Amino acid sequence: MKKIITSRTVFTVIATAIVCGLLSFAPAEKSYKIGDKVADFSLKNVENGKMVSLYSLPGATKGVIVMFTCNHCPFAKKYEQRIMDLDKKYAALGFPVLAISPNDPSIAPDDSYDNLAARAKEKNYSFPYAFDETQGVAKAFGAAKTPHAFLVAKEGDKWVLKYMGGIDDNPDEPENVKKPYLANAIDAVLAGKPVAVTEAKAIGCTIKWKQS
Amino acid sequence: MRKSLFILTLMLSFAMAQAQQAEIIKLADLERIIKSDNDTTYVINFWATWCVPCVKEFPSFQALAKKHTNEKVKVLMMSLDFKKGYQQTLVPFIAKHPINGNVYLLDEPDYNSWINKVSNEWQGEIPVTLMVNNAKKIYTFFNRDFTPSALEESYIKTIKK
Repeated sequence: MKKIITSRTVFTVIATAIVCGLLSFAPAEKSYKIGDKVADFSLKNVENGKMVSLYSLPGATKGVIVMFTCNHCPFAKKYEQRIMDLDKKYAALGFPVLAISPNDPSIAPDDSYDNLAARAKEKNYSFPYAFDETQGVAKAFGAAKTPHAFLVAKEGDKWVLKYMGGIDDNPDEPENVKKPYLANAIDAVLAGKPVAVTEAKAIGCTIKWKQS
Repeated sequence: MRKSLFILTLMLSFAMAQAQQAEIIKLADLERIIKSDNDTTYVINFWATWCVPCVKEFPSFQALAKKHTNEKVKVLMMSLDFKKGYQQTLVPFIAKHPINGNVYLLDEPDYNSWINKVSNEWQGEIPVTLMVNNAKKIYTFFNRDFTPSALEESYIKTIKK
């Protein structure tokens, strides 16, 4: 009897350890790494209320510049014109911008659906501005802040993450940018060359996650 | 009497304004602080006046600095405000919110050159806080914001490691 209890206890301990081990590697924490295949997603475009999806974004013959950004963040504001310029330049080359606001509007009211729509209209964005209401897309990409750029390129029928991070090395003085990290990555992909800097970190506003 | 009081007040406020100047520093200065081997705990908050949650948690650092004046701890507010125009942003902010610590403006806009030197876990979002004491082998990175009690608790827990 004593022996049975002991082995049962041992079994329970092992089983608990396995379950805990599995839980600590729960897939919720896993996000895309460079070279990973990126799954398709659809979000509502605030500009027209229609769904927009990664794989079927108009003009995305080479890939998509996925840009987590928002209205309220001063850092994102600094980059707004540069994001518009990126689309102007690269949409024609097969890499349009897909801007996504992932913020919870109850924390950042400037980032409500209506306010996003108003901003897109006011600035006449040439690209969709989507609202990631569940924050699921931001989590899948491992986005942490705004702005946070992700370059997804088409390789045959696969969509692959080629670059993640900041846009360039000088938020406040666009005229003094020395390292246009994101543009360099796009240029490399367009030239069929490997991306030299696949991750460049930058400061930004923390994504306003829903309080659970 | 009234006149001397006035002069005293003037001198005091001048001294306080002096104490709350923001010093512009570079990466080498930050590295010197992070790597210094004296037995002082540096509580380094990366923030900016344009960052809403940063401004909201600023009083937590004021409270921590005030409470632990007799200990070997230094609260360093590492501002990432833009250098251009900081006289209109950072300077008035710290004049209004004096803190018993140092306020720096880290002038290194190529963030990619140094963010990993603070922590590989850091994607660049702010606020974040680093507590470091090399003599005690403490190096703890907090990717979160703090209420005053949460900061106090985290500080006590970190130095007792």
